[in-house]
Amino acid sequence: MDFSELKLITNRMRGSLIEMSHRAKGAHLGSSLSCVDILAVLYWNILNLDPKNPTDPIRDRFILSKGHAAAALYTTLAYRGFFPIELLETYGKTGSCLPEHPGRFCVPGVEVATGSLGHGLPIGLGMATAARIKKYPFRVFVLMSDGECNEGSVWEAAMLAASTKTDNLIAFIDYNKWQATGRSKEIMALEPLKQKWESFGWDAYEINGNDLESIYYTIKSAISNTGKPKIIIANTIKGKGVSFMEDDNNWHYRIPNEEEVIKSKMELGL
Amino acid sequence: MRNAFAEELTNLAKENESIFLLSGDIGNKLFDKYKENDASRFLNCGVAEQNMMSMSAGMASVGMKPIVYTITSFLTARCWEQIKVDIGYNKLPVIIVGVGGGLSYAELGPTHHSCEDIGLLKLIPNMTILCPGDAYEVRALLRAALKHDGPIFMRIGKKGEPLVHQSIPEITIGKSLVVKEGNEVCLLSVGNMLPSVMKAAEILNAKGISTQVVSVHTVKPLDRESLQKYFSEFKIVATVEEHNIIGGLGSSIAEWLINTPSSKAKLICMGLPDLFHESLHQESAREKYNLTPESIAERIINFGNN
Repeated sequence: MDFSELKLITNRMRGSLIEMSHRAKGAHLGSSLSCVDILAVLYWNILNLDPKNPTDPIRDRFILSKGHAAAALYTTLAYRGFFPIELLETYGKTGSCLPEHPGRFCVPGVEVATGSLGHGLPIGLGMATAARIKKYPFRVFVLMSDGECNEGSVWEAAMLAASTKTDNLIAFIDYNKWQATGRSKEIMALEPLKQKWESFGWDAYEINGNDLESIYYTIKSAISNTGKPKIIIANTIKGKGVSFMEDDNNWHYRIPNEEEVIKSKMELGL
Repeated sequence: MRNAFAEELTNLAKENESIFLLSGDIGNKLFDKYKENDASRFLNCGVAEQNMMSMSAGMASVGMKPIVYTITSFLTARCWEQIKVDIGYNKLPVIIVGVGGGLSYAELGPTHHSCEDIGLLKLIPNMTILCPGDAYEVRALLRAALKHDGPIFMRIGKKGEPLVHQSIPEITIGKSLVVKEGNEVCLLSVGNMLPSVMKAAEILNAKGISTQVVSVHTVKPLDRESLQKYFSEFKIVATVEEHNIIGGLGSSIAEWLINTPSSKAKLICMGLPDLFHESLHQESAREKYNLTPESIAERIINFGNN
Protein backbone atom coordinates (compact mmCIF):
# COMPACT_ATOMS: atom_id res chain seq x y z
CA MET A 1 0.00 0.00 0.00
CA ASP A 2 1.36 3.42 -0.83
CA PHE A 3 2.38 5.67 2.02
CA SER A 4 -0.27 8.38 1.54
CA GLU A 5 -3.02 5.78 1.75
CA LEU A 6 -1.34 4.20 4.76
CA LYS A 7 -1.11 7.60 6.43
CA LEU A 8 -4.90 7.94 6.19
CA ILE A 9 -5.32 4.52 7.79
CA THR A 10 -3.03 5.46 10.67
CA ASN A 11 -5.13 8.57 11.30
CA ARG A 12 -8.28 6.48 11.44
CA MET A 13 -6.56 3.96 13.70
CA ARG A 14 -5.51 6.75 16.05
CA GLY A 15 -9.10 8.02 16.09
CA SER A 16 -10.32 4.54 17.03
CA LEU A 17 -7.72 4.27 19.78
CA ILE A 18 -8.83 7.53 21.36
CA GLU A 19 -12.48 6.47 21.25
CA MET A 20 -11.64 3.06 22.71
CA SER A 21 -9.69 4.58 25.60
CA HIS A 22 -12.54 7.00 26.31
CA ARG A 23 -15.26 4.33 26.10
CA ALA A 24 -13.44 1.65 28.14
CA LYS A 25 -11.67 4.11 30.45
CA GLY A 26 -8.59 2.20 29.34
CA ALA A 27 -5.11 3.52 30.10
CA HIS A 28 -1.93 3.46 28.00
CA LEU A 29 -3.30 5.65 25.21
CA GLY A 30 0.02 7.50 24.81
CA SER A 31 1.88 4.19 24.50
CA SER A 32 -0.56 2.96 21.85
CA LEU A 33 -0.40 6.13 19.79
CA SER A 34 3.40 6.05 19.60
CA CYS A 35 3.60 2.66 17.87
CA VAL A 36 0.74 2.93 15.34
CA ASP A 37 3.04 3.72 12.42
CA ILE A 38 5.29 0.71 13.05
CA LEU A 39 2.26 -1.56 13.23
CA ALA A 40 0.79 -0.11 10.05
CA VAL A 41 3.96 -0.60 8.00
CA LEU A 42 4.37 -4.14 9.28
CA TYR A 43 0.79 -5.28 8.76
CA TRP A 44 0.20 -3.64 5.38
CA ASN A 45 3.60 -3.73 3.73
CA ILE A 46 5.92 -6.26 5.38
CA LEU A 47 4.35 -9.23 7.13
CA ASN A 48 3.58 -12.33 5.13
CA LEU A 49 0.10 -12.83 6.62
CA ASP A 50 -3.33 -13.67 5.33
CA PRO A 51 -6.19 -12.41 7.53
CA LYS A 52 -8.34 -15.21 6.08
CA ASN A 53 -5.81 -17.85 7.14
CA PRO A 54 -4.41 -16.52 10.42
CA THR A 55 -2.97 -19.85 11.60
CA ASP A 56 -1.01 -20.68 8.46
CA PRO A 57 2.09 -22.48 9.83
CA ILE A 58 4.46 -20.49 7.65
CA ARG A 59 3.01 -17.06 8.40
CA ASP A 60 5.33 -14.38 9.70
CA ARG A 61 4.93 -13.93 13.44
CA PHE A 62 4.40 -10.61 15.17
CA ILE A 63 4.58 -10.25 18.95
CA LEU A 64 3.43 -7.10 20.69
CA SER A 65 5.77 -7.48 23.62
CA LYS A 66 4.61 -4.13 25.04
CA GLY A 67 1.24 -5.71 25.72
CA HIS A 68 -0.10 -2.58 27.39
CA ALA A 69 -0.53 -1.20 23.86
CA ALA A 70 -3.00 -4.00 23.10
CA ALA A 71 -5.53 -1.50 21.77
CA ALA A 72 -3.07 -0.58 19.02
CA LEU A 73 -2.68 -4.23 18.04
CA TYR A 74 -6.44 -4.85 18.04
CA THR A 75 -7.02 -1.75 15.94
CA THR A 76 -4.37 -2.85 13.45
CA LEU A 77 -5.80 -6.36 13.19
CA ALA A 78 -9.33 -5.03 12.78
CA TYR A 79 -8.42 -2.53 10.07
CA ARG A 80 -6.32 -5.20 8.34
CA GLY A 81 -9.34 -7.51 8.17
CA PHE A 82 -8.66 -10.11 10.84
CA PHE A 83 -12.00 -9.34 12.50
CA PRO A 84 -14.79 -6.75 12.10
CA ILE A 85 -13.91 -3.18 13.08
CA GLU A 86 -17.17 -2.96 15.09
CA LEU A 87 -15.70 -5.43 17.58
CA LEU A 88 -13.34 -2.68 18.76
CA GLU A 89 -16.37 -1.15 20.52
CA THR A 90 -16.23 -4.01 23.04
CA TYR A 91 -12.59 -3.30 24.01
CA GLY A 92 -12.03 -3.55 27.75
CA LYS A 93 -15.62 -4.50 28.56
CA THR A 94 -16.49 -7.43 30.80
CA GLY A 95 -16.61 -10.60 28.73
CA SER A 96 -15.00 -8.96 25.70
CA CYS A 97 -12.51 -10.88 23.59
CA LEU A 98 -10.43 -7.70 23.58
CA PRO A 99 -8.99 -7.41 27.10
CA GLU A 100 -6.67 -4.54 28.04
CA HIS A 101 -3.73 -6.91 27.68
CA PRO A 102 -3.99 -9.52 24.92
CA GLY A 103 -4.47 -13.26 25.39
CA ARG A 104 -3.23 -15.83 22.89
CA PHE A 105 -5.73 -16.08 20.01
CA CYS A 106 -8.21 -13.90 21.96
CA VAL A 107 -8.93 -12.72 18.43
CA PRO A 108 -7.37 -14.07 15.24
CA GLY A 109 -3.86 -12.71 14.80
CA VAL A 110 -2.76 -12.44 18.43
CA GLU A 111 0.07 -14.95 18.65
CA VAL A 112 0.81 -14.97 22.40
CA ALA A 113 -0.34 -13.36 25.62
CA THR A 114 1.64 -10.32 26.66
CA GLY A 115 1.32 -7.69 29.34
CA SER A 116 4.17 -8.57 31.64
CA LEU A 117 7.22 -6.96 30.06
CA GLY A 118 10.32 -8.81 28.95
CA HIS A 119 8.59 -11.89 27.60
CA GLY A 120 8.15 -11.10 23.91
CA LEU A 121 11.76 -11.18 22.76
CA PRO A 122 12.53 -14.58 24.37
CA ILE A 123 9.30 -16.02 22.95
CA GLY A 124 10.16 -14.58 19.56
CA LEU A 125 13.61 -16.13 19.77
CA GLY A 126 11.94 -19.48 20.42
CA MET A 127 9.66 -19.06 17.40
CA ALA A 128 12.57 -18.03 15.18
CA THR A 129 14.61 -21.00 16.39
CA ALA A 130 11.71 -23.36 15.68
CA ALA A 131 11.44 -21.93 12.17
CA ARG A 132 15.10 -22.83 11.59
CA ILE A 133 14.64 -26.39 12.86
CA LYS A 134 11.43 -26.96 10.93
CA LYS A 135 12.84 -25.23 7.84
CA TYR A 136 9.90 -22.83 7.78
CA PRO A 137 10.64 -19.61 5.89
CA PHE A 138 8.92 -17.24 8.32
CA ARG A 139 10.37 -14.27 10.16
CA VAL A 140 9.56 -13.12 13.67
CA PHE A 141 8.96 -9.46 14.50
CA VAL A 142 8.84 -8.28 18.12
CA LEU A 143 7.83 -4.82 19.29
CA MET A 144 9.14 -3.78 22.70
CA SER A 145 8.95 -0.57 24.66
CA ASP A 146 11.94 1.40 25.92
CA GLY A 147 10.90 0.87 29.56
CA GLU A 148 10.76 -2.84 28.78
CA CYS A 149 14.54 -2.81 28.28
CA ASN A 150 14.77 -2.52 32.09
CA GLU A 151 13.96 -6.24 32.20
CA GLY A 152 16.94 -8.60 32.40
CA SER A 153 15.18 -11.22 30.30
CA VAL A 154 15.44 -8.89 27.27
CA TRP A 155 19.21 -9.01 27.54
CA GLU A 156 19.27 -12.76 28.17
CA ALA A 157 17.47 -13.19 24.85
CA ALA A 158 19.70 -10.61 23.19
CA MET A 159 22.84 -12.58 24.09
CA LEU A 160 21.47 -15.94 23.02
CA ALA A 161 20.01 -14.64 19.74
CA ALA A 162 23.44 -13.27 18.85
CA SER A 163 25.32 -16.45 19.72
CA THR A 164 22.87 -18.52 17.68
CA LYS A 165 22.98 -15.99 14.79
CA THR A 166 19.20 -15.93 14.68
CA ASP A 167 18.78 -13.62 11.71
CA ASN A 168 15.06 -14.23 11.15
CA LEU A 169 14.38 -12.29 14.36
CA ILE A 170 13.69 -8.58 13.92
CA ALA A 171 12.94 -6.50 17.01
CA PHE A 172 11.78 -2.93 17.43
CA ILE A 173 12.03 -0.61 20.37
CA ASP A 174 9.26 1.94 20.46
CA TYR A 175 11.59 4.54 21.92
CA ASN A 176 9.09 7.18 23.00
CA LYS A 177 11.45 8.27 25.80
CA TRP A 178 8.97 7.67 28.61
CA GLN A 179 8.11 4.82 30.89
CA ALA A 180 5.28 4.76 33.43
CA THR A 181 6.68 7.27 35.87
CA GLY A 182 9.51 9.12 34.17
CA ARG A 183 12.06 9.52 31.40
CA SER A 184 13.28 6.09 30.35
CA LYS A 185 16.92 7.12 29.95
CA GLU A 186 16.96 8.59 33.47
CA ILE A 187 15.29 5.78 35.43
CA MET A 188 17.85 3.27 34.18
CA ALA A 189 20.97 3.88 32.12
CA LEU A 190 19.40 3.05 28.77
CA GLU A 191 21.78 5.07 26.62
CA PRO A 192 23.67 4.60 24.45
CA LEU A 193 20.92 2.26 23.29
CA LYS A 194 22.01 1.57 19.73
CA GLN A 195 25.59 0.87 20.79
CA LYS A 196 24.31 -1.39 23.57
CA TRP A 197 22.54 -3.60 21.06
CA GLU A 198 25.51 -3.53 18.68
CA SER A 199 27.80 -4.58 21.50
CA PHE A 200 25.40 -7.45 22.20
CA GLY A 201 25.99 -8.67 18.64
CA TRP A 202 22.94 -7.29 16.87
CA ASP A 203 22.56 -5.34 13.64
CA ALA A 204 21.18 -2.08 14.99
CA TYR A 205 19.34 0.70 13.17
CA GLU A 206 17.99 3.98 14.48
CA ILE A 207 15.11 5.73 12.72
CA ASN A 208 12.19 8.11 13.07
CA GLY A 209 9.60 5.59 14.20
CA ASN A 210 6.66 7.77 13.27
CA ASP A 211 7.78 8.10 9.64
CA LEU A 212 6.17 5.41 7.49
CA GLU A 213 8.75 5.50 4.69
CA SER A 214 11.68 5.44 7.08
CA ILE A 215 10.19 2.45 8.91
CA TYR A 216 9.54 0.57 5.67
CA TYR A 217 12.91 1.11 4.02
CA THR A 218 14.81 0.34 7.21
CA ILE A 219 12.99 -2.97 7.65
CA LYS A 220 13.64 -3.85 4.02
CA SER A 221 17.31 -3.12 4.42
CA ALA A 222 17.55 -4.94 7.77
CA ILE A 223 15.96 -8.16 6.56
CA SER A 224 18.26 -8.36 3.56
CA ASN A 225 21.27 -8.69 5.90
CA THR A 226 22.01 -12.17 7.20
CA GLY A 227 23.94 -13.68 10.08
CA LYS A 228 22.70 -11.48 12.93
CA PRO A 229 19.46 -10.65 14.71
CA LYS A 230 18.27 -7.11 14.02
CA ILE A 231 17.03 -4.31 16.21
CA ILE A 232 15.34 -1.18 14.94
CA ILE A 233 15.36 1.59 17.51
CA ALA A 234 12.35 3.62 16.51
CA ASN A 235 12.45 7.14 17.91
CA THR A 236 8.80 7.94 18.45
CA ILE A 237 6.66 10.47 20.26
CA LYS A 238 4.42 9.26 23.03
CA GLY A 239 0.85 10.34 22.24
CA LYS A 240 1.81 10.92 18.57
CA GLY A 241 -0.86 12.54 16.43
CA VAL A 242 -2.65 14.66 19.03
CA SER A 243 -0.93 17.94 19.90
CA PHE A 244 -1.97 18.08 23.54
CA MET A 245 -0.98 14.46 24.18
CA GLU A 246 2.39 14.45 22.44
CA ASP A 247 5.34 13.89 24.77
CA ASP A 248 3.12 14.40 27.82
CA ASN A 249 3.51 11.36 30.05
CA ASN A 250 0.24 12.05 31.84
CA TRP A 251 -1.28 10.18 28.91
CA HIS A 252 0.34 6.98 30.06
CA TYR A 253 -2.64 6.61 32.38
CA ARG A 254 -5.00 9.49 31.62
CA ILE A 255 -8.33 8.85 29.88
CA PRO A 256 -9.60 11.41 27.34
CA ASN A 257 -12.94 13.03 28.12
CA GLU A 258 -15.62 13.65 25.50
CA GLU A 259 -14.36 17.10 24.60
CA GLU A 260 -10.80 15.80 24.21
CA VAL A 261 -12.03 13.01 21.94
CA ILE A 262 -13.71 15.53 19.65
CA LYS A 263 -10.67 17.80 19.63
CA SER A 264 -8.29 14.88 18.93
CA LYS A 265 -10.37 13.62 16.03
CA MET A 266 -10.48 17.07 14.49
CA GLU A 267 -6.71 17.26 14.65
CA LEU A 268 -6.52 13.91 12.93
CA GLY A 269 -8.82 15.14 10.17
CA LEU A 270 -11.59 12.74 11.16
CA MET B 1 16.68 -41.02 37.31
CA ARG B 2 18.56 -38.43 35.27
CA ASN B 3 20.47 -41.07 33.30
CA ALA B 4 17.20 -42.84 32.49
CA PHE B 5 15.73 -39.51 31.42
CA ALA B 6 18.66 -38.76 29.10
CA GLU B 7 18.66 -42.25 27.62
CA GLU B 8 14.92 -42.39 27.08
CA LEU B 9 14.89 -38.90 25.59
CA THR B 10 17.69 -39.84 23.19
CA ASN B 11 15.67 -42.82 21.98
CA LEU B 12 12.42 -40.86 21.70
CA ALA B 13 14.13 -38.04 19.79
CA LYS B 14 15.11 -40.55 17.10
CA GLU B 15 11.43 -41.26 16.47
CA ASN B 16 10.00 -37.80 17.08
CA GLU B 17 11.59 -34.97 15.13
CA SER B 18 9.66 -32.32 17.05
CA ILE B 19 11.59 -32.97 20.26
CA PHE B 20 14.00 -30.16 21.14
CA LEU B 21 16.10 -30.06 24.30
CA LEU B 22 16.94 -26.77 25.99
CA SER B 23 19.45 -26.98 28.80
CA GLY B 24 20.44 -24.35 31.34
CA ASP B 25 24.17 -24.95 31.06
CA ILE B 26 24.14 -28.35 32.76
CA GLY B 27 24.21 -31.98 31.69
CA ASN B 28 26.92 -31.57 29.11
CA LYS B 29 28.17 -35.17 29.12
CA LEU B 30 24.72 -36.46 30.02
CA PHE B 31 23.38 -35.50 26.62
CA ASP B 32 26.36 -36.54 24.49
CA LYS B 33 24.41 -39.41 22.92
CA TYR B 34 21.39 -37.20 22.35
CA LYS B 35 23.63 -34.73 20.52
CA GLU B 36 25.32 -37.52 18.54
CA ASN B 37 21.89 -38.33 17.14
CA ASP B 38 21.00 -34.74 16.22
CA ALA B 39 22.96 -31.85 17.66
CA SER B 40 20.69 -29.34 15.91
CA ARG B 41 17.90 -30.21 18.34
CA PHE B 42 19.91 -29.31 21.45
CA LEU B 43 20.57 -25.82 22.70
CA ASN B 44 22.59 -24.81 25.71
CA CYS B 45 20.70 -21.66 26.68
CA GLY B 46 23.31 -20.59 29.21
CA VAL B 47 22.59 -19.51 32.75
CA ALA B 48 19.47 -17.61 31.74
CA GLU B 49 16.40 -19.51 32.84
CA GLN B 50 13.85 -16.78 32.15
CA ASN B 51 14.83 -16.59 28.50
CA MET B 52 15.04 -20.37 28.21
CA MET B 53 11.54 -20.82 29.56
CA SER B 54 9.94 -18.20 27.30
CA MET B 55 11.87 -19.54 24.32
CA SER B 56 10.42 -22.99 24.90
CA ALA B 57 6.93 -21.46 24.80
CA GLY B 58 7.72 -19.82 21.47
CA MET B 59 8.98 -23.12 20.08
CA ALA B 60 5.90 -25.01 21.28
CA SER B 61 3.66 -22.43 19.62
CA VAL B 62 5.26 -23.41 16.31
CA GLY B 63 4.54 -27.11 16.85
CA MET B 64 7.75 -28.33 18.47
CA LYS B 65 7.94 -30.42 21.65
CA PRO B 66 10.45 -28.50 23.75
CA ILE B 67 11.92 -30.08 26.86
CA VAL B 68 13.52 -27.63 29.26
CA TYR B 69 16.08 -29.08 31.63
CA THR B 70 18.09 -27.77 34.52
CA ILE B 71 18.33 -27.91 38.32
CA THR B 72 14.83 -27.78 39.80
CA SER B 73 15.38 -24.82 42.08
CA PHE B 74 16.48 -22.62 39.17
CA LEU B 75 13.89 -24.00 36.79
CA THR B 76 10.85 -23.19 38.89
CA ALA B 77 11.23 -20.34 41.35
CA ARG B 78 13.50 -18.14 39.26
CA CYS B 79 11.33 -18.15 36.15
CA TRP B 80 7.95 -18.82 37.69
CA GLU B 81 6.29 -15.92 35.92
CA GLN B 82 7.53 -17.14 32.53
CA ILE B 83 6.04 -20.54 33.33
CA LYS B 84 2.78 -18.96 34.48
CA VAL B 85 2.26 -16.59 31.56
CA ASP B 86 4.12 -17.98 28.57
CA ILE B 87 3.48 -21.67 29.15
CA GLY B 88 0.51 -21.91 31.53
CA TYR B 89 -1.67 -19.06 30.28
CA ASN B 90 -0.84 -19.76 26.64
CA LYS B 91 -1.48 -23.47 27.35
CA LEU B 92 1.55 -24.63 25.42
CA PRO B 93 2.89 -28.21 25.51
CA VAL B 94 6.28 -27.61 27.07
CA ILE B 95 7.83 -30.31 29.25
CA ILE B 96 9.77 -28.75 32.12
CA VAL B 97 12.13 -31.29 33.67
CA GLY B 98 13.71 -30.35 36.97
CA VAL B 99 16.64 -32.46 38.17
CA GLY B 100 17.41 -32.60 41.87
CA GLY B 101 13.91 -32.27 43.28
CA GLY B 102 13.45 -32.05 47.05
CA LEU B 103 16.69 -32.61 48.93
CA SER B 104 18.51 -34.47 46.16
CA TYR B 105 21.18 -31.77 46.42
CA ALA B 106 20.85 -31.49 50.20
CA GLU B 107 24.58 -31.03 50.76
CA LEU B 108 24.69 -28.01 48.43
CA GLY B 109 22.64 -25.85 50.78
CA PRO B 110 19.28 -24.09 50.61
CA THR B 111 20.01 -22.33 47.29
CA HIS B 112 19.93 -25.77 45.67
CA HIS B 113 17.14 -27.30 47.72
CA SER B 114 13.84 -27.57 45.96
CA CYS B 115 11.21 -28.10 48.60
CA GLU B 116 8.60 -25.68 47.28
CA ASP B 117 8.53 -26.48 43.56
CA ILE B 118 5.38 -28.63 43.61
CA GLY B 119 3.52 -25.96 45.55
CA LEU B 120 4.67 -23.20 43.23
CA LEU B 121 3.74 -24.98 40.03
CA LYS B 122 0.52 -26.41 41.42
CA LEU B 123 -0.82 -22.84 41.52
CA ILE B 124 -0.55 -22.47 37.75
CA PRO B 125 -3.74 -23.39 35.90
CA ASN B 126 -3.32 -25.91 33.03
CA MET B 127 -0.17 -27.32 34.68
CA THR B 128 0.30 -31.06 35.09
CA ILE B 129 2.83 -32.13 37.72
CA LEU B 130 4.62 -35.45 37.41
CA CYS B 131 6.84 -37.01 40.06
CA PRO B 132 8.23 -40.36 38.91
CA GLY B 133 9.07 -42.84 41.66
CA ASP B 134 12.01 -44.56 39.97
CA ALA B 135 13.92 -44.65 36.69
CA TYR B 136 11.29 -46.88 35.04
CA GLU B 137 8.57 -44.39 35.93
CA VAL B 138 10.74 -41.63 34.45
CA ARG B 139 10.74 -43.46 31.14
CA ALA B 140 7.02 -44.22 31.21
CA LEU B 141 6.07 -40.67 32.18
CA LEU B 142 8.35 -39.08 29.61
CA ARG B 143 6.65 -41.13 26.90
CA ALA B 144 3.22 -40.13 28.21
CA ALA B 145 4.25 -36.48 28.58
CA LEU B 146 5.20 -36.26 24.92
CA LYS B 147 1.66 -37.26 24.00
CA HIS B 148 0.09 -34.78 26.41
CA ASP B 149 -1.33 -31.58 24.97
CA GLY B 150 -0.49 -29.07 27.67
CA PRO B 151 2.22 -27.85 30.05
CA ILE B 152 4.03 -30.41 32.18
CA PHE B 153 6.43 -30.14 35.07
CA MET B 154 8.38 -33.33 35.78
CA ARG B 155 10.35 -33.47 39.01
CA ILE B 156 13.12 -36.03 38.95
CA GLY B 157 15.82 -36.94 41.48
CA LYS B 158 19.48 -37.24 40.60
CA LYS B 159 21.25 -40.51 39.86
CA GLY B 160 21.52 -43.87 41.47
CA GLU B 161 18.10 -44.11 43.13
CA PRO B 162 17.05 -47.76 43.72
CA LEU B 163 14.65 -49.29 41.21
CA VAL B 164 11.22 -50.31 42.46
CA HIS B 165 9.66 -51.62 39.27
CA GLN B 166 11.07 -54.59 37.32
CA SER B 167 10.29 -53.00 33.97
CA ILE B 168 8.59 -49.95 32.51
CA PRO B 169 5.11 -49.87 34.09
CA GLU B 170 1.94 -48.97 32.24
CA ILE B 171 1.21 -45.45 33.34
CA THR B 172 -1.59 -43.01 32.63
CA ILE B 173 -1.09 -39.37 33.54
CA GLY B 174 -3.59 -38.51 36.26
CA LYS B 175 -4.09 -42.08 37.51
CA SER B 176 -2.11 -43.13 40.54
CA LEU B 177 -0.26 -46.45 40.37
CA VAL B 178 -0.72 -49.18 42.97
CA VAL B 179 2.73 -50.73 43.40
CA LYS B 180 1.97 -53.05 46.33
CA GLU B 181 -1.45 -54.10 47.51
CA GLY B 182 -2.71 -54.10 51.11
CA ASN B 183 -5.89 -53.36 53.02
CA GLU B 184 -5.27 -51.44 56.26
CA VAL B 185 -2.82 -48.65 55.58
CA CYS B 186 -2.38 -46.90 52.26
CA LEU B 187 0.92 -45.07 51.72
CA LEU B 188 0.80 -42.46 48.96
CA SER B 189 4.35 -41.90 47.78
CA VAL B 190 5.50 -38.87 45.83
CA GLY B 191 8.45 -39.19 43.45
CA ASN B 192 11.80 -40.22 44.85
CA MET B 193 10.34 -41.33 48.20
CA LEU B 194 9.04 -44.52 46.56
CA PRO B 195 11.95 -46.88 47.48
CA SER B 196 11.78 -45.76 51.15
CA VAL B 197 8.00 -46.08 51.20
CA MET B 198 8.28 -49.63 49.82
CA LYS B 199 10.65 -50.51 52.66
CA ALA B 200 8.32 -48.90 55.19
CA ALA B 201 5.52 -51.08 53.87
CA GLU B 202 7.70 -54.17 54.33
CA ILE B 203 8.30 -53.22 57.96
CA LEU B 204 4.59 -52.64 58.53
CA ASN B 205 3.58 -55.87 56.81
CA ALA B 206 6.13 -57.77 58.94
CA LYS B 207 4.36 -56.37 61.98
CA GLY B 208 1.04 -57.64 60.67
CA ILE B 209 -0.25 -54.31 59.32
CA SER B 210 -1.38 -54.86 55.77
CA THR B 211 0.02 -51.92 53.82
CA GLN B 212 -0.62 -50.74 50.30
CA VAL B 213 1.86 -48.56 48.41
CA VAL B 214 0.73 -46.19 45.69
CA SER B 215 3.03 -44.13 43.52
CA VAL B 216 1.26 -40.82 43.06
CA HIS B 217 3.29 -39.96 40.01
CA THR B 218 0.76 -37.28 39.04
CA VAL B 219 0.39 -34.74 41.82
CA LYS B 220 -1.73 -32.46 39.68
CA PRO B 221 -4.42 -33.08 38.60
CA LEU B 222 -5.43 -35.03 41.69
CA ASP B 223 -6.66 -38.54 41.04
CA ARG B 224 -9.91 -37.89 42.90
CA GLU B 225 -11.54 -41.13 41.83
CA SER B 226 -8.78 -43.26 43.38
CA LEU B 227 -8.57 -41.04 46.47
CA GLN B 228 -12.28 -41.63 47.06
CA LYS B 229 -11.55 -45.36 46.98
CA TYR B 230 -8.47 -45.20 49.25
CA PHE B 231 -10.25 -43.06 51.83
CA SER B 232 -13.28 -45.32 51.91
CA GLU B 233 -11.37 -48.63 52.05
CA PHE B 234 -8.42 -47.94 54.40
CA LYS B 235 -8.10 -46.94 58.05
CA ILE B 236 -5.07 -44.73 57.47
CA VAL B 237 -3.91 -42.93 54.35
CA ALA B 238 -0.48 -41.29 54.56
CA THR B 239 1.29 -39.04 52.08
CA VAL B 240 5.09 -39.17 51.98
CA GLU B 241 7.01 -36.54 50.07
CA GLU B 242 10.36 -34.79 50.03
CA HIS B 243 8.73 -31.37 49.86
CA ASN B 244 7.66 -28.66 52.26
CA ILE B 245 4.65 -29.95 54.16
CA ILE B 246 2.95 -26.79 52.90
CA GLY B 247 1.96 -27.00 49.27
CA GLY B 248 2.70 -30.62 48.39
CA LEU B 249 0.48 -33.63 47.76
CA GLY B 250 -0.50 -33.83 51.43
CA SER B 251 -1.94 -30.34 51.41
CA SER B 252 -3.74 -30.96 48.10
CA ILE B 253 -5.38 -34.03 49.59
CA ALA B 254 -6.23 -32.19 52.81
CA GLU B 255 -7.97 -29.50 50.76
CA TRP B 256 -9.87 -32.15 48.84
CA LEU B 257 -10.67 -34.11 51.98
CA ILE B 258 -12.28 -31.22 53.80
CA ASN B 259 -14.93 -31.21 51.06
CA THR B 260 -15.30 -35.00 51.22
CA PRO B 261 -16.74 -35.51 54.71
CA SER B 262 -17.86 -39.12 54.25
CA SER B 263 -14.29 -40.45 54.14
CA LYS B 264 -13.44 -43.22 56.54
CA ALA B 265 -9.63 -43.02 56.63
CA LYS B 266 -7.51 -40.64 58.68
CA LEU B 267 -4.90 -38.65 56.78
CA ILE B 268 -1.26 -38.36 57.87
CA CYS B 269 0.97 -35.95 55.93
CA MET B 270 4.69 -36.65 56.04
CA GLY B 271 7.08 -34.16 54.49
CA LEU B 272 9.65 -31.54 55.31
CA PRO B 273 9.10 -28.85 57.92
CA ASP B 274 8.66 -25.25 56.78
CA LEU B 275 12.32 -24.34 57.22
CA PHE B 276 15.47 -23.58 55.29
CA HIS B 277 17.50 -26.72 55.86
CA GLU B 278 21.16 -26.77 56.78
CA SER B 279 23.64 -28.42 54.42
CA LEU B 280 23.57 -32.11 55.07
CA HIS B 281 23.39 -35.26 53.00
CA GLN B 282 20.05 -36.46 51.71
CA GLU B 283 20.12 -39.56 53.91
CA SER B 284 20.88 -37.49 57.02
CA ALA B 285 18.12 -35.06 56.10
CA ARG B 286 15.64 -37.91 55.82
CA GLU B 287 16.75 -39.19 59.21
CA LYS B 288 16.41 -35.76 60.73
CA TYR B 289 12.93 -35.22 59.33
CA ASN B 290 11.60 -38.73 59.96
CA LEU B 291 11.40 -39.79 56.34
CA THR B 292 13.42 -43.03 56.59
CA PRO B 293 11.51 -46.32 56.15
CA GLU B 294 11.78 -46.98 59.87
CA SER B 295 10.47 -43.54 60.80
CA ILE B 296 7.61 -43.73 58.30
CA ALA B 297 6.57 -47.13 59.72
CA GLU B 298 6.91 -45.91 63.28
CA ARG B 299 4.75 -42.86 62.65
CA ILE B 300 2.03 -45.07 61.19
CA ILE B 301 2.16 -47.44 64.15
CA ASN B 302 2.11 -44.59 66.68
CA PHE B 303 -0.78 -42.95 64.91
CA GLY B 304 -2.70 -46.24 64.93
CA ASN B 305 -2.07 -46.66 68.66
CA ASN B 306 -3.43 -43.21 69.53
